[in-house]
Amino acid sequence: MSGRDPQLFARIEAFRRRAGRVKQERIELAHGGGGKAMRDLLDDVVKREFGAQLQDREDQARLPLTEFSALGTRLAFTTDSYVITPLEFPGGDIGRLAVNGTLNDLAVGGARPLYLSCGLVIEEGLEVSVLRRILRSMAAAAEEADVRIVTGDTKVVPRGAADRLFINTAGVGVIRGDLDLGAHRIEAGDVVLVNGFLGDHGAAVLLARGELQLNADVRSDCATLHGLVAELLNEVELHSMRDLTRGGLAAVLNELALASEVGMVVDAAALPVRAEVSGLCELLGLDPVHLANEGKLVVVLPARAAERALEIMRGHPLGREAALVGRCTASPPGLVTIDTGFGGERVLDMLVGEPLPRIC
Amino acid sequence: MKYVDEFRDPRLARSMADDIQSLVARLQDQGRERPLKLMEVCGGHTHTIFRYGLEALLGEDIEFVHGPGCPVCVLPVGRVDDAIAIARQPDVIFTTFGDALRVPGSKQSLLSAKAEGADVRTVYSPTDALKLARENPAHPVVFFGIGFETTAPSTALTVLEAEADGVENFFVFSNHITIVPTLQAILQAPDLQLDGFIGPGHVTMVIGTEPYRFVAEHYRKPLVVAGFEPLDVMQSVRMLVKQLVEGRAEVENQYGRLARSDGNRAAREALAKVFEPRPHFEWRGLGSIEQSGLTFSEAYARFDAERRFDLPGLSVADPKACQCGEVLKGSLRPWDCKVFGTACTPETPIGACMVSSEGACAAYYNYGRLAKLGRGPRERT
Repeated sequence: MSGRDPQLFARIEAFRRRAGRVKQERIELAHGGGGKAMRDLLDDVVKREFGAQLQDREDQARLPLTEFSALGTRLAFTTDSYVITPLEFPGGDIGRLAVNGTLNDLAVGGARPLYLSCGLVIEEGLEVSVLRRILRSMAAAAEEADVRIVTGDTKVVPRGAADRLFINTAGVGVIRGDLDLGAHRIEAGDVVLVNGFLGDHGAAVLLARGELQLNADVRSDCATLHGLVAELLNEVELHSMRDLTRGGLAAVLNELALASEVGMVVDAAALPVRAEVSGLCELLGLDPVHLANEGKLVVVLPARAAERALEIMRGHPLGREAALVGRCTASPPGLVTIDTGFGGERVLDMLVGEPLPRIC
Repeated sequence: MKYVDEFRDPRLARSMADDIQSLVARLQDQGRERPLKLMEVCGGHTHTIFRYGLEALLGEDIEFVHGPGCPVCVLPVGRVDDAIAIARQPDVIFTTFGDALRVPGSKQSLLSAKAEGADVRTVYSPTDALKLARENPAHPVVFFGIGFETTAPSTALTVLEAEADGVENFFVFSNHITIVPTLQAILQAPDLQLDGFIGPGHVTMVIGTEPYRFVAEHYRKPLVVAGFEPLDVMQSVRMLVKQLVEGRAEVENQYGRLARSDGNRAAREALAKVFEPRPHFEWRGLGSIEQSGLTFSEAYARFDAERRFDLPGLSVADPKACQCGEVLKGSLRPWDCKVFGTACTPETPIGACMVSSEGACAAYYNYGRLAKLGRGPRERT
């Protein structure tokens, strides 16, 4: 054995322990193959962008129960998958959406969100630079929301088996012991509030696809709502909350009305809609109440608390355009109607079919 | 929103409703029965009437009879089957307006053919389809041409563009139809009980008001060409009732801001160049109407999907349970149909009237069910 061999061995071993680097411009199947290319991707892209948030030593994140029990009595746990074309759009991207959407699902149950997981399904051929930007955006959104992405998974599928990038996030949070929010609490006499303009996300994504040859300055409202929710919960008695996503206000109100067996009457004149969005809807025969949002919620609460709740919402950056848009009635149970202002009412049903494919 | 809100002012609508009420009272003094039956020919008007609750506003005075002007609704089952047969051919890219995707054929809709692998794509205009044809020269790209003189000119202009650019893989499956022969067929029905017509605003933008003259002169029925905002419809109703009070039967134009009385000559020329009337065209519910459909003229036959592809071309009867025919003729209210809202809903339509948002059944289902719950027209104040 020559004297150089131990040094060579040490050099090779040191090199093996260096963080991997992705040299390709596009994701290849090998990046999901479990071998060295995959380690390169995880080291150079995923861990680099998520940074210290990830607990990467073991196959699972390990979270102290004491942290949970100090904050409340119940664990809130939710999951959502994000598939959107295009991946980046004015006001957000799929990464920010994947963080905020799941956090909002926790927040509207009254939970303080704490941890997220992140599952990536990447189509072969996705630009590495795009993936980096999106993961960086996820990390930033998580940091702004004061939650951590603690565990994840990455898969690469052959070209055509996915549409560029799909993201799944699951989230956990804790609900205070004294809170009981849900459709079962809704009763006749309650009022319905929203925290701002309807349909911004749906309109922004529709325009960003570029198929309509229309231009308008509309940005997605993608935002995390738990700060606003926490302020409301501190002061006001709420009965139920839902975040507005696909299907828009009409879908959420119909779900709530059916689950609580109360009727709901929406005041058409009170609905907050941006001029650009209502213009787009006019052109395309859409209704803003069916368009998606990603930073809006519906709050159902006793009428006596409405004024204070609106004050709190309007004092928060995500609630400046908050409005009282409807009331709950005893009959007809389960039905949402809209007062047209013309002396007539009509049924406001969920959208049928899918006029806006894949927008969240 | 500017230029829109002005046409949706509820206070103005109520004052018009009051005018109409007093005019109808004068008609009653003259011995005429209420409600007056006015047919809105166009599905766009049906949509406005329901969306804004105008029936409720007009109370007992006016009954709207919903006409045949919803192109998707009057598309017969056999033509949907033909469209699906084209879409299922290998390599074909079949393009359509979104409305037509869910119209049931005899076995399936375009949407279910798509789920089974047919390349069916939604477009917003025929020029989108032509663009697809340019981008996919190895694929025949077929545009599903449906609609009245409102959409037919854009199809014709697109065909002219394809010809000028030498695009050889672009075809149109024409189901374009014309309004005048259809009005004639309605007026010839022996059991006609209509007092007047709300005329189709957008068709008039193309054909002008002249072609309606026979309605007033031969059949002595007033016709007012109307816009599509709620106040347009209210004002048109008032104009119609006023004609009746004064014993006139004329063609009037409420929609002058967009529909000129001489129409759009360039659009008519494009239509005349590319298309010619078919001897007969079948309408769902109304049967075969002479000269009511448009097919390609000989000079443009190479764009005709019916000549390019082998089609079943069968005339298929409507499903037995479906009463779309009666609804389209105005002799049955949608909720008197046996399957309305149970077997036939917008999610699972049996008949085409339930598919399009302009269809009478879909409008009743989406907007009109309250009346059936005892929450119908409110008291006028």
